[in-house]
Amino acid sequence: MTGALRVVAPGLMTTLQDLGRPGYQRLGVPVSGALDQLSFRAANLLVGNGPGVGALEIAYQGPTLSVDADSVRIAIAGGHAPIDILQPGGEVSRSLAPFQSGRLVGGEVLRMGALTGSAVAYLAVEGGFDIAPVLGSQSTLTRAAIGGFKGRALQAEDVLPLKQAAVAERDECILAALDLAPPKRVRIVLGPQDDHFTPAGLRTLLTSTYTVSPATDRMGMRLEGPPLEHSSRGYDIVSDGIALGAIQVPGNGLPIILLADRQTTGGYAKIATVVSADIPTLGRLAPGASIAFEAVDIAAAEAAARRLARDIAAMAANVASVRRPSDIDWKRLMAENLVSGVVSARESGEG
Amino acid sequence: MPSAPQPRFLPAGDTALIVEFGDRVDWHLSALVLVLAQKLEAAKPTGVIEAVPTFRSLMVHYDPLATSHADLQRAIAALLPGLEARSIAGRRWRIPACYDPSLGLDLAEVGRRTGLSPSQVVERHSQTSQLVYMMGFLPGLPYLGDLAEAFALPRRENPRLKVPSGSVAIAMSMTVIYPQESPGGWHILARTPVPLWQMRKAPPALLAAGDQVTFAPLSLREYERMLAKAAAAELCLAPEGPQPQGRGA
Repeated sequence: MTGALRVVAPGLMTTLQDLGRPGYQRLGVPVSGALDQLSFRAANLLVGNGPGVGALEIAYQGPTLSVDADSVRIAIAGGHAPIDILQPGGEVSRSLAPFQSGRLVGGEVLRMGALTGSAVAYLAVEGGFDIAPVLGSQSTLTRAAIGGFKGRALQAEDVLPLKQAAVAERDECILAALDLAPPKRVRIVLGPQDDHFTPAGLRTLLTSTYTVSPATDRMGMRLEGPPLEHSSRGYDIVSDGIALGAIQVPGNGLPIILLADRQTTGGYAKIATVVSADIPTLGRLAPGASIAFEAVDIAAAEAAARRLARDIAAMAANVASVRRPSDIDWKRLMAENLVSGVVSARESGEG
Repeated sequence: MPSAPQPRFLPAGDTALIVEFGDRVDWHLSALVLVLAQKLEAAKPTGVIEAVPTFRSLMVHYDPLATSHADLQRAIAALLPGLEARSIAGRRWRIPACYDPSLGLDLAEVGRRTGLSPSQVVERHSQTSQLVYMMGFLPGLPYLGDLAEAFALPRRENPRLKVPSGSVAIAMSMTVIYPQESPGGWHILARTPVPLWQMRKAPPALLAAGDQVTFAPLSLREYERMLAKAAAAELCLAPEGPQPQGRGA
């Protein structure tokens, strides 16, 4: 007995991602992986997976998937969207809340609408997808047709094999109070080529508000706003390595923040690097969103990384179990918890 | 006997740092970088995820939960005394490429900017023996050099969102070959039908740092014929031989 999810409608840009493919950058292989690793980890946590199991990254518009398996447990975390469960006849029988796991049975269809609150969401299945890793990762790099499902974004009629053809009935899980709101200022560490910019250029970066361009993708977030002035050293450098979050500035002066699918090396001067703790935030920003920057030193960036790691570790303690998912008033729960903090397993009457 | 090199350590956020030996394309700097990469791999300092060699610098990616910029910089500095540039033996390749203006999209512009006729550009570019300094930017993409000073053009001010797969492009007296369609800012002179990255092969990359490359100009008809063979996985390019030993610093 094998199980699968069949793609009825793929959404706008749905790809299989995990925590990425480090270790091959010297051959020119980008790292890839989930843009928003916080939401990605939340989705896996909710279905009981380990933190790095491949999940579907959904951008802007959700997919419609039909269950070709005895049963499957699904959780979606990240941007909010209406998620309807349809009977084989096409009638909506119930809905699945974001940040909550649910068990679907063969013939049912999950239909997800447009995302709000974040550009991305992650759909994890219990046990993961039965898709062979490439160079150690299930992440999709569409630009090079590497990894994921046939190296590309999902299309209608794709059949995604599941590791588990059936899942046990059990209490479902719910996670509240995950703060996905964008910060007022994204933290950056200046360098490595901040000396290729004039003092005015640096000031422009730290005092302006930029807008995320529609030309943004998984490789880079292009920003619109005041151009940054290069010094006499110019925008062109002899190619060097590119870190996650590097802000490169080509000749037109407009910054590009390099994200998960970034090139391994490049030759435009990089004025600064977004701190690792703020990378998941960037993944959530949709075109049209505003972004401003704040310079911090490396020690502060490293402290922020440790804080994010602690928040991620604490996420598991905020998962509550739900005996009968239909009894949960998600809106009320969210509203209360946004005010009062997190739900502990004890408060929600574990089991 | 050179003394211990004194590279600059540059910050790249809290997950990477750069060990910069210089700011130019230079065989000596490149060799220092590759030797440091080998020493780093052997020493395995705590928290290092991977190191990426480039022409003149080594980018070291690290886990900020396992180490810090300061600790890692100290560990790398300890590897520098006695670091010497050594030569790297590579293979010699003659890679077919079509310089027809329908594929070499910037050939005419490069001619104008260098003061050369298109046929002079083709001749000088194809006949120069170039070293593979490094792989980067995309899976299997080689950076080759050096070309004559006349080809020291900066990259395009506005990178193209889509450069066709196989494009052979120049900037700053160097050549890159795009293994697949990609954004890119270099000036496109030609296109090769030879696949540079094939996942089913081990290693998947055709070229490696240290190889020597010249280009064999093709007519449009020959290009199309070879492209069809490549699509049927029947195109197999072999190196002409090993590079003569002892390329001097």
